[in-house]
Amino acid sequence: MKIEALLANPGEWLSSGGDHHPIVISSRVRLARNLAKMPFPGWAKKSERIRILEEIKPEVEVLPEMSNSFSQQLNELSATEKQVLVERHLISREHAAKGMGSAVVINSAQTLSIMVNEEDHLRMQAITCGFDLPQTFQLIDRIDTMLESQLDFAFDEELGYLTACPTNVGTGMRASAMVHLPGLVLSEQINQVVNSVNKIGLAVRGLYGEGTEAMGNLFQVSNQTTLGEKEDQIIDRLNKVIETLIQRENQARTNLLDTRRTMLMDQVGRAYGILNYSYSISSKEALNLLSVLRLGIDLGFFPEQGRTIINKLLLDTQPAHLQHVSQQKLAADERDHLRADTVREQLKSFPKPPNT
Amino acid sequence: MICDVCKTHPATVYLTQIVDGNMKKINLCESCSKEKGVSDPTGFALADLLLGMGETQQVEQLPPTEHCPVCGFTQTDFKKTGRLGCSDCYETFDEVLASLIKAMHKGTQHTGKVPTRYSRNLARTDRLNELRRHLDEAVSNEDYETAANLRDEIRQLENDRN
Repeated sequence: MKIEALLANPGEWLSSGGDHHPIVISSRVRLARNLAKMPFPGWAKKSERIRILEEIKPEVEVLPEMSNSFSQQLNELSATEKQVLVERHLISREHAAKGMGSAVVINSAQTLSIMVNEEDHLRMQAITCGFDLPQTFQLIDRIDTMLESQLDFAFDEELGYLTACPTNVGTGMRASAMVHLPGLVLSEQINQVVNSVNKIGLAVRGLYGEGTEAMGNLFQVSNQTTLGEKEDQIIDRLNKVIETLIQRENQARTNLLDTRRTMLMDQVGRAYGILNYSYSISSKEALNLLSVLRLGIDLGFFPEQGRTIINKLLLDTQPAHLQHVSQQKLAADERDHLRADTVREQLKSFPKPPNT
Repeated sequence: MICDVCKTHPATVYLTQIVDGNMKKINLCESCSKEKGVSDPTGFALADLLLGMGETQQVEQLPPTEHCPVCGFTQTDFKKTGRLGCSDCYETFDEVLASLIKAMHKGTQHTGKVPTRYSRNLARTDRLNELRRHLDEAVSNEDYETAANLRDEIRQLENDRN
């Protein structure tokens, strides 16, 4: 599969089908694995990385789940193409910086992404729409089980799966959910909530993971620890916290509707207005306003069909996506013009907000 | 107290570091501490400083820089990158890593998924432990015939594993 074919569709977690959840946008689980007796990618020489790649990549490509997959070495991709994959959460920012000796294999539905020679020899990820971490884990667990029959993974009876960074040792699993929390942000409860989640050993991060800003009221909640608990115990713990977050967010929304309905309507109306009538818009502003429209859909101000448009725009307004579509290098202000054009065009079929 | 490096200026920086269980102390003046990079705690190790000073007596007590026998990685590399060189580094640097891992995780024993090829090994380890327990019992009961049989079975299992 070519990159054009891959990018033609938004990927299952944002497309019209699937089990969407009003607050949890996507569920993601990744597993870190390494070959025994081989240096980790960060310490391996180029020739060793290539040898590791040649051992792993064919085994990934022949998996039945990976038929008709997109499989590329990182040095074969342009900087824009790599960045597009980052914006889709199909490769990590760290992986995008890699070249010779690293690769990625992505299934056609874009639910499975297998990175070879990222920080670990294998970083395998499943991403699905809505809130279902156990099922998402099963998807990637199956891949892991099939691969372990062919590859000798570094494993220790006491420490579990051995990883380049000791923070991932044990299960090598990072489960995360992308949650949309405009209610908690608007009611200024978000800092308090984020702090309390951090206190119980879970991480809350921005849209693109570690060290990134929270934009568009989107947050990622994930486990911090990987050793000492079984995979399903970690997922259980995470699930409980996310359920609490959902509850708190719903409460905040109900409260806002009851006490500050006009403010909410005003925010939604203004978001609609700016998105429909601007000729230059930054990606941050676009993300934040699209978040408000999404909230409008959740609250019933707009019909449900609008969600697909919002989801598509979530990707299409990202810098590398714009760059990729225009097929040329764009300066920031040119991107802002193109972004505004794209938003206006796609919102043509989006219904008007209600009058009262 | 005067500076251990230049032996002229008064010492204002007092450092203590535990190296391989031995406490090392060094006193430095302002300018020597800057020169040795003491103000940057990440880039500074007392051992390096002592090595640089040629204090042979103390240096002899320091362990030689440990290399991972499989990949050649050193502890200094780990301090620099926060990543290890290969899976065998976990054994090479287990003393340093043990406390680190204990501090960053919920537990110290993996309880999650086990690759199939290891689960066979694990079953064998369990069986071996059980047999050894029986062997101890048999010996203490002076039941030497059972003990001999158990010993043979243990040897057989150990050979299978290797």
